Amino acid sequence: MPDTKEEQLFKERFRKKKRRERFEKTGYFILSFLILAFVWELARATNLINPKLFPSIKAVLNAFTVSFKSGSLQLHMYASFLRVLTGFAIGITLAVIFGFLIGWFRILRLFLDPVINFFRALPPIALIPLMIIFFGIGETSKVIVLSYAAFFPALVVIYQALVSLDPIYIRAGKTLGATSLETFRRIILPQLVPHIITACRVSLGVCWATLVAAELIAAQRGIGAMMVDAQNFFQMAPLVLGILLIGAISLLMDSMVRAIEKRATSWQEKMT
Amino acid sequence: MALSKVDGSKVRKGIVASGVGMTYSGITGNVEALRGINLKIEPGEFISLVGPSGCGKTTLLNIMAGFLFPTEGEVTIDGQKILGPGPDRGVVFQQYAVFPWLTVRENVEFGLKLRINKRSEKEIKEVVEYFIALVGLKDFEDVYPKELSGGMKQRVAIARAYAVNPELLLMDEPFGALDAQTRQFMQESLVQILEQERKTVVFVTHGVEEATFLSTRVVVMATRPGRIREIIPVQIPYPRDAGIKTTSEFIKIRVEIEKIVREEFQKQRDR
Repeated sequence: MPDTKEEQLFKERFRKKKRRERFEKTGYFILSFLILAFVWELARATNLINPKLFPSIKAVLNAFTVSFKSGSLQLHMYASFLRVLTGFAIGITLAVIFGFLIGWFRILRLFLDPVINFFRALPPIALIPLMIIFFGIGETSKVIVLSYAAFFPALVVIYQALVSLDPIYIRAGKTLGATSLETFRRIILPQLVPHIITACRVSLGVCWATLVAAELIAAQRGIGAMMVDAQNFFQMAPLVLGILLIGAISLLMDSMVRAIEKRATSWQEKMT
Repeated sequence: MALSKVDGSKVRKGIVASGVGMTYSGITGNVEALRGINLKIEPGEFISLVGPSGCGKTTLLNIMAGFLFPTEGEVTIDGQKILGPGPDRGVVFQQYAVFPWLTVRENVEFGLKLRINKRSEKEIKEVVEYFIALVGLKDFEDVYPKELSGGMKQRVAIARAYAVNPELLLMDEPFGALDAQTRQFMQESLVQILEQERKTVVFVTHGVEEATFLSTRVVVMATRPGRIREIIPVQIPYPRDAGIKTTSEFIKIRVEIEKIVREEFQKQRDR
């Protein structure tokens, strides 16, 4: 059925509104960071913070260009990303597998719930000293800590989601003739997708925070290691550059996962 | 176009409950939900189950659906004992149970894409389009359920149940969550849908008027234990529309049923 004139007009107006909203959002985003930059420079200019201890924006940008041109920045970032992605991938995969097992078998859940809560409450960095003794300061200990960091929050999100599924959809599927496998693939899995994405988002955040801490403690490469080097030589610009990069990358990763989330969960009713 | 052809290879004997009893055993003791239910439903009949809360009407429906197993007696469909849910018995739930992650079209398609009812793509498309049109949801095929009203969601559920061509439709207070106007409209729609695609229906409701309007026979149930108190035939010819609700014939039957339901309700309260 072709749209009537009113509908076309309505849709056009809707599109315009959306465009304006997006434009506004980007505007505020840029503006808020401009204000932050302004406050930064103002604090230095007025001696509110010691200019010797805190670099100018220009110096930080300069540090960025220098380390980028020399290739050392890329090397550090590559090392950090590799660790996070490896740890995250291992942790999430295990969390999905164990999440399903624990969500499915009530006995397992009752048995494991207290243990899981204990380990979930334990900050991953608390494991670093132990892991260093076990596996040395190499990649293995870091990847294990990161997998651990990714595993527990994701595990809890996934099995809680599985437990709280509405059984009515499974019933409905059965009355249409769905086998157990079809029920799993066509009814349980689609409902879990949004939760798995949420689990990824939480895990990625925790992983990233843990990574930086791990690198600060023991690493040759990585953004954390870059910052420790800068600290040892009292180079304030690379140090602040490290802080800004960590924040920026974290923000970027989160918005990437959110974009995926938006596509995958368009069917859900949103509380807006 | 009638898609529900009668399968000649199978003798249709309807649904038969013989000596069905259901006792739930719990920590606080046993609760007898149903006792000695004998009911024979002929193919093409529309049976309503009415009665006060706790009379076991939903339990009986769930046994027919295969979600529950009776502790005594058995229910057969076309002579076959019911051992679990299956596509020969479509269920329409009060909470709609339309899959929210699928569009209207995908919901109606769902059953046809399962291995047990596998059809060709062309056939699926035909069947889906036919039933979406039958329930009046043309132009809403690609919409997600969150954008539909309660009445529309229930239409999707009805189309989805119809698509796999069940013998029997089991409806558990399907219009219970709808407002009065929508409810009335859905009742008339259901009559029209059944005119075009005849099915045997078992319909659980609290509404005596609704039961009278839709049914060929109304089964009034009594509580504790849940049993059949009386079966009242409604000999008003189909197709029925809202107009019949004011005829003296209709009112007479409705009042008769209401009287029995009220008696049962009273008995339950006095205990």
